[in-house]
Parts: sequence; C-alpha cells; structure tokens
Amino acid sequence: MKLKNFGERIPQGLFFIIALSALTVLALITIFIFVQGVPLIAKVGFFHFIFGMKWAPSQGYYGIFPMIVGTISVTLGAIILGVPVALCCAIFLAEFAPRQLSDVVRPAIQLLAGIPSVVYGFWGLIFIVPLIREYLGGPGLSILAGSIILAIMILPTVISISEVSLLALSPLLKEGAFALGATHWQTIRSVLVPAAKSGIVASIILGIGRAVGETMAVIMVLGNAVALPNSILSPVRTLTTNIGIEMGYASGEHQQALFATGIVLLVIIMILNSVAQYSIRRK
Amino acid sequence: MSEQIKISIKNLNCFYQKKEVIKALNLDVRENEILSVFGPANSGTTTLLRALNRMTDLTPGARMEGEIFLDGKNIRAPGVSITELRRKVSMVFEVPTPLPMSIFDNVAYGPRLSGVKNRVLLEELVEDSLQMAVLWDEVKDRLHTSGMRLSGGQQQRLCLARILALHPGVILLDRPCSGLDPVSTSKIEESLRHLKEKFTIVIVPHNVQQAGRVSDRAAFLLMGDLIEVGPTAEVFANPRDKRTSDYITGRFG
Amino acid sequence: MHIRVNPKTTQTIAKVVIWAAALLVLLLLFTIMIYFLSKGIPHITWQFLTQIPSDMGKSGGISSAIVGTLAVTLVAIVVATPLGVGTAFYLTEYTRESGVTKVIRFSAESLAGIPSIVYGLFGFIFFVTYLKLGWSILSGGLTLAVMILPTIIRTSEEAIRTVPPMYREVSFSLGGTKWQTMTKVLIPSALPGIATGIILGIGRSVAETAAIILTAGSALQMPTSLFSPARTLAVHFYILASEGISLDNAFATAAILIILILLINIGANLLVNRFVAKRR
Repeated sequence: MKLKNFGERIPQGLFFIIALSALTVLALITIFIFVQGVPLIAKVGFFHFIFGMKWAPSQGYYGIFPMIVGTISVTLGAIILGVPVALCCAIFLAEFAPRQLSDVVRPAIQLLAGIPSVVYGFWGLIFIVPLIREYLGGPGLSILAGSIILAIMILPTVISISEVSLLALSPLLKEGAFALGATHWQTIRSVLVPAAKSGIVASIILGIGRAVGETMAVIMVLGNAVALPNSILSPVRTLTTNIGIEMGYASGEHQQALFATGIVLLVIIMILNSVAQYSIRRK
Repeated sequence: MSEQIKISIKNLNCFYQKKEVIKALNLDVRENEILSVFGPANSGTTTLLRALNRMTDLTPGARMEGEIFLDGKNIRAPGVSITELRRKVSMVFEVPTPLPMSIFDNVAYGPRLSGVKNRVLLEELVEDSLQMAVLWDEVKDRLHTSGMRLSGGQQQRLCLARILALHPGVILLDRPCSGLDPVSTSKIEESLRHLKEKFTIVIVPHNVQQAGRVSDRAAFLLMGDLIEVGPTAEVFANPRDKRTSDYITGRFG
Repeated sequence: MHIRVNPKTTQTIAKVVIWAAALLVLLLLFTIMIYFLSKGIPHITWQFLTQIPSDMGKSGGISSAIVGTLAVTLVAIVVATPLGVGTAFYLTEYTRESGVTKVIRFSAESLAGIPSIVYGLFGFIFFVTYLKLGWSILSGGLTLAVMILPTIIRTSEEAIRTVPPMYREVSFSLGGTKWQTMTKVLIPSALPGIATGIILGIGRSVAETAAIILTAGSALQMPTSLFSPARTLAVHFYILASEGISLDNAFATAAILIILILLINIGANLLVNRFVAKRR
C-alpha cells in the first residue's frame, strides 16, 4: 500500500524538473550571451558603445548608434504602415465578415504568418525595391522597403490578438450601444475598440517586438549601409542585420561586439515584453 | 441490514479556509444499509461524503481533523494508499460525467486502472456492472459507441456501473438524481435497493422525499452539526429534535 | 463652423476602408504565393528533388537540403515536445498558482519574444562551441527545440485547461493516480490542441533561417549523421537568392518551401477537425 503513494512522488518530481527546463534555458541564454558581450562593452565603455557613431571593427571602433537608429526607423515605419491595416482586418473579422468568409480569411492569415521571412525578403528585393527606386528615387534599398516588408510580417500577430480581444468583449456592450441608437460603425469606434484597448495595445507591442527582432526579411532590402540615414529612402543597417551580416566572418573582439549587440536586443525585448504584460494586467 | 459497522466516524472536524464546515461529528455506517445524509445547503453533507473517500484531499484550502475507520482501519493514517481507498469507497457525482470514451471503455476504466488486462475478464465485469446498474438491456448492442450519446438518466446509470466494476465495499452518491426525470430517478432508486444486499450505501438525497423513499437510516445535518440519526421511518414520523421536524415539514429549507 | 456628417455616410466610408484592408491582405498573400509558385514549380523535377546540389547550387538538386530540413525538424520536435507538454502538465496539474509557476510562466513568455538571430548566437556559443557539437544537425535541431519550446508550452497548457475538470475528479474517484489520469484521460482529450502546437513548431522549424545558418552551417553535401553539418531548404534559398547563384533554383526552392508550409497548415486544420468530430 505504501508503494502506491511513493509512485505518485516520482512523477511529481520528474515533472518539476521538466518544468524547470524553460527557466534553465532562459538562464543559459542570458548567461552565455552576457559572458561573451559584457567584456567588450566594458572595454569600449557603455556610452561609447551605445552612442558611438562609428562602427569599424577592423579599426577597433564599436559604436552601434547608427544601427539603433536603423532599427527604430524601420520598426516605426512598420508600425505606421501595418497597424492601421491590421486593425481594420481585425475589425473586419470580428464584426463584418460573414462566417464563410472569415473561415477562409483566418487560415489565410495563419498561412501568411507561416511563410519564411527569407521569402518575404526576396520578394521585397524583386518587387518593392525597384518600385521605390523607380518612383521615389534613391537606391531602392531603404528604410521604406524594410518598413513595408516588416509591416506585412507583423500583420498576422496584430490581427489575431486584436481580433481575439474584440471577440472577448461582452455582447452586452454592443447591445447597449445599439439600444442608444448608435450605428454599427459608431459602436465599433466609440465603444468596442476602446473596450478592447488593452488587448490591442498588447498586440501592437508584440508586433513591435517581432519587427525589432526580424533579420532575414530585411537583410536583403535594407542596403546595409553603416551610416545614419537622412531620409526614408536611405539604406541602413539594423541591430539584427548587423549581426546577421558580420557573424559569418567575425572573430575575437569583433565577435564579442556582435554578442554585445545581442545583449542590447535582449534588453529591448525584455522591456517590450514587460510593457505588454503590464498593459494586459491593467485590464 | 446487519449490525456490523462498516464505517465509523469519530470526532470529525472539517475546515474550509478558516470556516468550520463540519463540527465534531460522530457517526456510524452499518454494513449493507442505505444511509441518507440530508440537510439544507451548506450543512456539510457533500463535504462529509467526500471525506469518506478523501476527495477532500483534492480541495485546496480544506483541512480535516479526527478519524474515519473503514473496516476497523483509520483511512486518514499516514501511509494509506489513497488510490486503493477510492476503489473501495466509490462515488457517483451529481452531474453525470461519462468519460469521453465508449460505454465499454467507461465501465472498464476503473478495472484497467488497477491492472486488469484480460479481455474476457473485462467483458464479464462490464456486463455484470451494467446489469447491476439496470442499464445492460438498453446498451448491450452498442457497447462501443460513445458514452456521451446516452440520455441523462442512462449516463448516470453508466456512472453507477463504472464504480460497480471496481467491486467497492461502499458506494457514495451525491445527489445522483438531481437533474433527472422521475422515470430515471425511480430506476436508480430501484437499483440501489437491490445493490444494498452486496454493498453499503451512503446517499445525499437531493430532496427530503428521496431520503424517505430509499434509505434505511437517515442522518440530519444542520450547519455542520449532526442533529440526529436513526431509522428513517422514526426520524421522519417522530423526530427527537424540533429542528429536524421543521426541516422535514418544510418550515425552513 | 460645425459640419454635421451623416453617421450613415461615415459608416459606409468606414466599411469600404475595412473591406479594402481585408482585401489588401488577401491580395498580398496570393500575390506572393502565386509569384513564387508560378516561377518555381516549372523548375521542380524529379532530379531536382533527388540530386544533391553541385556547383554551389547552380546546378544539381536540393536533396541534401530536404534531408537537412527533415533532420533538424525531427530533432527539434523530439526534444521540445516532451519538455513542452510536461511543463504544461506541471503548470496545470500539480500546483496552484505559486511563485514557482509564475517564474516558469515568465520564462516561457520571455523565450517567446527572443529574436531568432539571438537564438542563433546562443546556439553558436553554447551548442557549437561550448558543448563542442560543432556545426551540425544536432546543434541546429537543439537550437530550434529551444525556439519552439514556448509555443508548445503555451498551446499544450491551453489545451489541457479546456478539458472539463470533472474528468479529473471522476478519474481520481475511481482510484486513478495523477499519472494515470494524465495519460488516459487528459492527454487524449487535449490531443488536438497539443498536436496544433507541435505542428506550429514544425512550421517554425521549416521556415527558420538565421538561427540555422549559425548552428548547422551551410554544407552542401548530404549529411551522414546527427553530427554532420547540413543545409536546410530555407538556408539554401537564402544563399541562392542573396548571392545571385541561380534564380531558377531559388524560385524552385521557394516554391517547395511554400508548398510545405501549405501542407503543414492544411494538415493542422484537418487534424483538429477530425479529432473534434471523433470525440462527439
């Protein structure tokens, strides 16, 4: 009889160890990346690393500010272009689409999310870049090209989470507004969207995270110039593409600097995640 | 009904969070009897039932003191196998809950858990249990269809068959007929009357009338206190305590 | 000056904009898919699928990349599934919300947001260098396992939570242990959700490029063991396209990738529908 209870303890202990795997992995990632990158930051100096304008590893210059500007501008562009479209789609799925149509559109968006980022990048190189060069000038390889591609890539994230937030609202909210004589659109604009605000904001923040972290989609269309951009038609590098391009041949200090860039990315993502969590909890 | 004591409850106190749900309860359950434990809501009737097979262990925030003896052995002693206890003291819940499997697999679930693998043996067990639960005739031609397609009354009898397959000593029923139509209710009550020859039964009835119809002895619980217990006919016709008669006649509920 | 706009007009304009947005998204999807499929499928021949690349990929086929993709995906799934489902089970079964579960949940959610290039850096420094596994299928697969772990945890946890709590009570009351309850009742009931998570993980593994280049290398030869370096379809496509080696082969590879993703998605939806129907 005693053995039966003991047989309960073994699985419980085993599952506890399994459950710790997520924590263990997170710790390993943090430790190993920091161990590689921190010495470089210490050597170069924190402010010189983050705000330094010159990135020239062969001469020992490790300033990543141009890349930070690159990341911010491309991400900003992606949000400006992508979020309005995504919100409209979410509203479409939640409020306007008849059942048969939404049963087609939703899997289509899932499919959009599954396509490899390199495919998007290449498509951008062939379609978008020449269009920009033709009609707007500049080399075509630019912030604008990157923003357009990233906007497409964050659509699934923002659409699905925003749609879920809208669908989760109590139907009484809508009924109350209709009872006061509001039109469907007025209800959506003034009642439903504000009510779903925290979920929508969380989806946008997750979209930002996705855009900041993307490498392969933009590496082919950004032009990869290590310089501060002066317009949206200028080529840039982002923190991620910098690592992607140079990791293939970097060694020693240079490699450490790329790990240090990785640290910056980790910190940015952590901050974004916390803000998203906070926004959800405030509801 | 024998005079042998099957379950002996001594000084049972049950706490949920800080609230005392059962207070210093002493009660005996006799072998091969049907004992009903009845009372208004929140009197501890369900808690008492769940204490008998230590389902209370699963409720977060629940705490118990006192002793419960099954066939002379304290079920709350350390080192007692809870899984074996629950096979000897089995429970039918208020909401009929067939598992998402075939009728056959539902009834065979318990025996399989305790290691029975022989196909012939399982088939015998399933047929016997379904017969005892008065369900065999209705389902014998569709044993491998899903248990969830049965009607409410049939599902509850399936749940009964499920625990009968374990050959428990004690059967606990928590308001088993509360959602069922009168025909199903009477079928279940009928099967209980046959079952008490082989098993000991403790039932929390969903209304006082059921206690009157089905049980040999009745125990009245009010706000965690055992007010009185005795042969059903006596408790209902000549209750010793005024509160008992008030509840039975419906002066409060 | 106070302009009164008829609310009905505003609504019509809004509706047009919204439908246009939805159409735009659908259009984008179809344009991209059809572009690659139309340019790529003509170049997919039986030889293409069964020969290994030669001449840096300019000629020959992509068989080694196909094998590479299958291999790293398999490693990732085999490692991540037990860990992910086990973690999900722990979170839903053994504890009430405690400090430990909060930490585990926080870890899983943080892992979900880490950029793939950072995973590549980690895989390189940990699996390739520190554990001395070298550029190999194993390094790539283990890195992928870490990347898909949060997804499997999240979908499995959701799936287990939707199983009616009464099933657990019933199983316990019949003398089942927690292990028996999990394996005989909960996991079978939660299987569609768990399978969806696994399929999402497969899709992610097939599409991943940045992390693979840094961990599995980009060798063209057919891998012979878990320790061989290998190329996946996505990596092969990237190299062909970005270095301009062969546009035809690049399109063909992209077409195969898109077809794979399509099949995976359709498979996932079919699986879910079949299980839901079976349970009824």
